[in-house]
Amino acid sequence: MLSIKDLYVSIEGMEILKGINLEVKPGEIHAIMGPNGSGKSTLASVLAGKEEYEVTSGEVLFEGENLLEKAPEERAKEGLFLSFQYPVEIPGVPMVNFLKSAVNEHRKYKGEKELTAGEFLKLMREKMDMVDMHPNLTNRSVNEGFSGGEKKKNEIFQMALLEPKLAILDETDSGLDIDALKTVANGVNALRSPERSAIVVTHYQRLLDYIVPDYVHILYKGKIVKTAGKELALELEEKGYDWIKTENAN
Amino acid sequence: MEDQDKILSEVTQREYKYGFVTDIETDIIEKGLNEDVIRLISAKKEEPEFMLNFRLEAYRKWLKMKMPNWAYLKVPPIDFQAISYYAAPKKKAQYESLDEVDPELLETFNKLGIPLEEQKHLAGVAVDAVIDSVSVKTTFKETLAEKGIIFCSFSEAVKEHPELVKKYLGQAVPVADNYFAALNSAVFSDGSFCYIPKGVRCPMELSTYFRINAANTGQFERTLIVADDDSYVSYLEGCTAPMRDENQLHAAVVEIIALDRAEVKYSTVQNWYPGDKNGKGGIYNFVTKRGVCRGVSSKISWTQVETGSAITWKYPSCILMGDNSVGEFNSVAVTNNHQQADTGSKMIHIGKNTKSTIVSKGISAGKSDNSYRGLVKILPGAKNSRNFSQCDSLLLNDTCGAHTFPYIEVGNKSSVVEHEATTSKIGEDQIFYCNQRGIDTETAIGMIVNGYAKEVLNKLPMEFAVEAQKLLQISLEGSVG
Ligand SMILES: Nc1ncnc2c1ncn2[C@@H]1O[C@H](COP(=O)(O)OP(=O)(O)O)[C@@H](O)[C@H]1O
Ligand SMILES: [Mg+2]
Repeated sequence: MLSIKDLYVSIEGMEILKGINLEVKPGEIHAIMGPNGSGKSTLASVLAGKEEYEVTSGEVLFEGENLLEKAPEERAKEGLFLSFQYPVEIPGVPMVNFLKSAVNEHRKYKGEKELTAGEFLKLMREKMDMVDMHPNLTNRSVNEGFSGGEKKKNEIFQMALLEPKLAILDETDSGLDIDALKTVANGVNALRSPERSAIVVTHYQRLLDYIVPDYVHILYKGKIVKTAGKELALELEEKGYDWIKTENAN
Repeated sequence: MEDQDKILSEVTQREYKYGFVTDIETDIIEKGLNEDVIRLISAKKEEPEFMLNFRLEAYRKWLKMKMPNWAYLKVPPIDFQAISYYAAPKKKAQYESLDEVDPELLETFNKLGIPLEEQKHLAGVAVDAVIDSVSVKTTFKETLAEKGIIFCSFSEAVKEHPELVKKYLGQAVPVADNYFAALNSAVFSDGSFCYIPKGVRCPMELSTYFRINAANTGQFERTLIVADDDSYVSYLEGCTAPMRDENQLHAAVVEIIALDRAEVKYSTVQNWYPGDKNGKGGIYNFVTKRGVCRGVSSKISWTQVETGSAITWKYPSCILMGDNSVGEFNSVAVTNNHQQADTGSKMIHIGKNTKSTIVSKGISAGKSDNSYRGLVKILPGAKNSRNFSQCDSLLLNDTCGAHTFPYIEVGNKSSVVEHEATTSKIGEDQIFYCNQRGIDTETAIGMIVNGYAKEVLNKLPMEFAVEAQKLLQISLEGSVG
């Protein structure tokens, strides 16, 4: 599904990712953990195609194709979804219009018929129930005036609508109470299938009680310093990030 | 998006070059301006004496005036003697069918969702008698006639309703109001006239589309709208299709008079040829639009979407004379490439308890300059008056400019004036967010800009609003990168 080989990324001349290797197979869930500033969001952004990051070397294949040469919208339509750590507000743009455009762009790309307003509303209601979104939210402008938790739920709601092959969740759990956390986890688990994969970036082990990962990686100072099964998250929780920091001090 | 932008400028450019083959049958008088020319214009139009006097007075005053230079605009010198001031508006269709029209122009029409029949009309294609909208026009005219509404060309009004024209012409915009209004008053060729009788609600949007020859808008157009007591009308000017004209200078005047409890909504979409990417060519649009709320509790609202012209100089204004009268100005002005716009509004409060609102949304891209200029003046006698002004600027890059020049004069203590202004840059993060959901950059910009301008677009009549939204997107294509 996704294959990252020796990826180096800089921003404004500063090297942030220093040789990332990661192999995500269909059906797998990978957790990426690590202290603040390690480069987790950078990795997520580079995969999604954010322009200001410069890939200085390395390669990323998504379903066998060179991901890095594709425009962000193309990556999205190929099935890569990013749940943003900080979703932006777009004043004056109704959620419904935004989502309908997004869904129909995906459908067009796949050669499917675009949904009519009625069909779309039906689909929207269905997914809204799934992630427990308040119906009022879709009448508002994109993320405008949403609370932190509502913004995160909105990301999962969009994921549910777009049904990506690879979902990257960038700290979607941060700032959520336990109920919201479960909702987010349910959203992800509902999409789980042998064909779909996810990369779950998180700071805390908590989310991984509900979304059980196949692998846990620890990203530190732009490098993956440890990879193991789900027990690594627990170990990290117990020992704290200082453990990683001292182990990798040089 | 580079391509799109190229297409658009090419389309407009090409049409501009080839589209206006001078029709030998057109009745054109020699270039230049003097009293004889004005007498000739008036004579050719068989005008009554009061019209000639109006023109001559305007001309004599104009001679003593200077072109205004206070706007934030760089205006190249205009040679007023190099203009021909009269061309009979009887242009023939230039093409036999749509097949002959530049396919790229048609593509732009399609993007805007303009119906086929209208496309023909706009592109100057002979309209087949069977599918002509004559029947639409007839029903339209009949409905209006039943209500006693007069809606005709200005020349027709001068002939058929001279008493109304005489009574109201120059009431909102006096002959020597400003340089361009004076010039217009002296030489205007035609335009629209509209009168809504007492107590009548005009049952449909009055659109210049329905007027014969409306597509050949004159260089010096004159519009006069009079809403008698307790009447209502919504008037639509212009169209969203790219408009070209061989005349570089346009100086129109629009006057609105609202009597007791009358309401006039005036909506404009201005999409004149803006010049090419390098700032070559394009229309200079110097317009004077003013409404007088003469009656008590009357209301005039201006809503404009300005995307065209190389230079725009335009300040639709309201004079709130009647007590409790209301003035509104809602504007979206887009400038791209080398366009310059200096636009805004004047709200002059004279009556008591008068209210005005100004909402201005500037959007600048390319190397353009976009200025808001507004005057809110509350006279001492206008007790308990209110104004609220909101002036926002959205920048699409670092090479364009946005400027705000608000002037506020409050003449009494019981009135309140509020002014808010913001300037922001379109968010790369917002565009990326859309991209990540599968929406391409061009569509994303269109969405974001429409969201930003929503408050104003919402004020437009439905059918106009949809086209205006598309227009915003098209005018900004290729502007972020
Ligand atoms: N747009 C940016 N401009 C400058 N520095 C950045 C930018 N984005 C991230 N960085 C820097 O890159 C490093 C990694 O950041 P980030 O990827 O956000 O880490 P994480 O998500 O793991 O907390 C940090 O030192 C951060 O300051
Ligand atoms: Mg982060």
